[in-house]
Amino acid sequence: MSDNDGPIIELRGVSKSFGRQHVLDQINLAIETRKNTVIIGRSGTGKSVLLKHIVGLLRPDRGEVYFEGQQIDRLSEAAWVPIRQQISCVFQLNALFDSMTVLENVAFPMTENRRGRLDRDRVRELARRCLEIVGLAGFDPKYPAQLSGGEKKRVAIARAIAIDPPPKVILYDEPTAGLDPQRSDVINKLIRQMQATVDVTGVVVTHDMKTAAEVGDRVLMLYSGHFIADGTPAEVLRAQDPRVRRFAQGTAEPSDISSLLAEQE
Amino acid sequence: MPRRNVMSDPLARLGSGVSSALARFFLNFGRFWVFSGHAIEFIPVELVGLRGWRRLLPQCFYIGTRSVPVIMMTGTFIGMVLIVQGWAQFDAAGLTDRLGAIVVTSLCLELGPVLAGVMLAGRAGGALTAELGTMNVTEQLLALRSMGADPIRHLVTPRFLACLTLAPLLTCYANLMGTLGAFVVYAGVYGGDTEPFWYWITQTVQVWDLGSGLFKSLFFGGAIGLVSCYNGFHCDPGAQGVGQACTQSFVISFILILMLDLFLGLVLNGLYDVWYGFRPLI
Ligand SMILES: Nc1ncnc2c1ncn2[C@@H]1O[C@H](COP(=O)(O)OP(=O)(O)O)[C@@H](O)[C@H]1O
Ligand SMILES: [Mg+2]
Repeated sequence: MSDNDGPIIELRGVSKSFGRQHVLDQINLAIETRKNTVIIGRSGTGKSVLLKHIVGLLRPDRGEVYFEGQQIDRLSEAAWVPIRQQISCVFQLNALFDSMTVLENVAFPMTENRRGRLDRDRVRELARRCLEIVGLAGFDPKYPAQLSGGEKKRVAIARAIAIDPPPKVILYDEPTAGLDPQRSDVINKLIRQMQATVDVTGVVVTHDMKTAAEVGDRVLMLYSGHFIADGTPAEVLRAQDPRVRRFAQGTAEPSDISSLLAEQE
Repeated sequence: MPRRNVMSDPLARLGSGVSSALARFFLNFGRFWVFSGHAIEFIPVELVGLRGWRRLLPQCFYIGTRSVPVIMMTGTFIGMVLIVQGWAQFDAAGLTDRLGAIVVTSLCLELGPVLAGVMLAGRAGGALTAELGTMNVTEQLLALRSMGADPIRHLVTPRFLACLTLAPLLTCYANLMGTLGAFVVYAGVYGGDTEPFWYWITQTVQVWDLGSGLFKSLFFGGAIGLVSCYNGFHCDPGAQGVGQACTQSFVISFILILMLDLFLGLVLNGLYDVWYGFRPLI
């Protein structure tokens, strides 16, 4: 399309605060087309906030967001619609619609956005195919409440790819949180498979180092409002910065422990 | 950091507490009107398309049809008890023939619309807030937006329309059942004459009484729909936040119904006076 070699998404100097809490501080990030970019960081550092800026669910206080070279952070809600048809989200809590069956959930983005250009049979067929891709053929009549955590996540991924034409970017918010290691592995493989078969750019937010290593082409670590590490998974795992190393090894920070001890007194 | 003086002075603390509560109130008040404006703005587009009706009709079922039994029961009992309370006085004055007409007038003017409104607020309002609040805390509202669908159009407009149009219908049920309940107690328990009961109703109760009650209930329904949806959309995260929002919806809807009732009563009575003059009921 426009500039195929440039970054598909770019954040320039994005800052965001909630009241006195500064969550993002002058974030710069260029996301390359067809690569999986992983953002790691401890819970509550603002990873979800960062993702929400990419689909316009939050607006930056300062800074700009670009999609294929077009500035999108100041768009009206109506002007966002065509952008959002190219960027799909897999939410941390899946956000499947409880009142709809699995098939209706997956078909929803198509019935919503295509303004009746696709007839119902075609929509159903496409939705079924998306369910097949995530390995959930035959789950159509079930309701989200009847599914396990991993199955819900897979339905959410199916819904994310179920638009025609397929999305250019999928944002995954903690795709493996709350899943056992085996099911996490299924989701990790699925994310890789999406990249290969649907030819989509992935942005994955996670606090799981294993997911980061498996799905990431590039890993960045967010720490109190900015990135403190950036590189291939192997590079980040070998990083010298003690904050990155502690995260990668899953050890607590000295400050956490001292505050814990202070609480006990 | 030195402690700020403001916080140590109890009076100043009270002042700042009140002013922040006021600020919050006005913030919510402003947001509520913007929210309502959006919901109303989408009514025309929702009513032309087939999809709008597909969203509206199920809501009518959940909000309206499911409320019919409880509202019919409330209406019946209120009609009955009004006869019970009025009988002795009217009997002493020799006016029992007119009791039915008085009861039905008060049902149409006040009790039917207000009770139907309150029952709708309790039964449907709480359920709406719980449903939308759950969707809010599980990111379903964000998911809608991220798919290019407007959550207000999808979720609020049909629910608002259903509440708005069904409140008058439910009021009719309350009025009807109240009248029948009154008749049953009047004739069955106290052995009153049946013919004058109906005669005086036709003589006393005017279309105006029925119409102004239904007109008011339109506002009650609208208020219930908007308040319940607004609270669901803006609840705090977690199950507790949803629960609190439900309670709050009911309380606010209830107070709004009574306030609107007073205000609309004043306006409608004023209009009646101007157009028709004074009307003696007995
Ligand atoms: N809409 C919001 N309003 C106020 N505070 C928020 C909002 N969204 C996120 N936050 C705050 O921003 C911080 C980062 O949140 P989040 O991005 O969800 O963290 P995580 O990295 O775990 O995804 C948290 O402290 C959270 O309380
Ligand atoms: Mg998060």
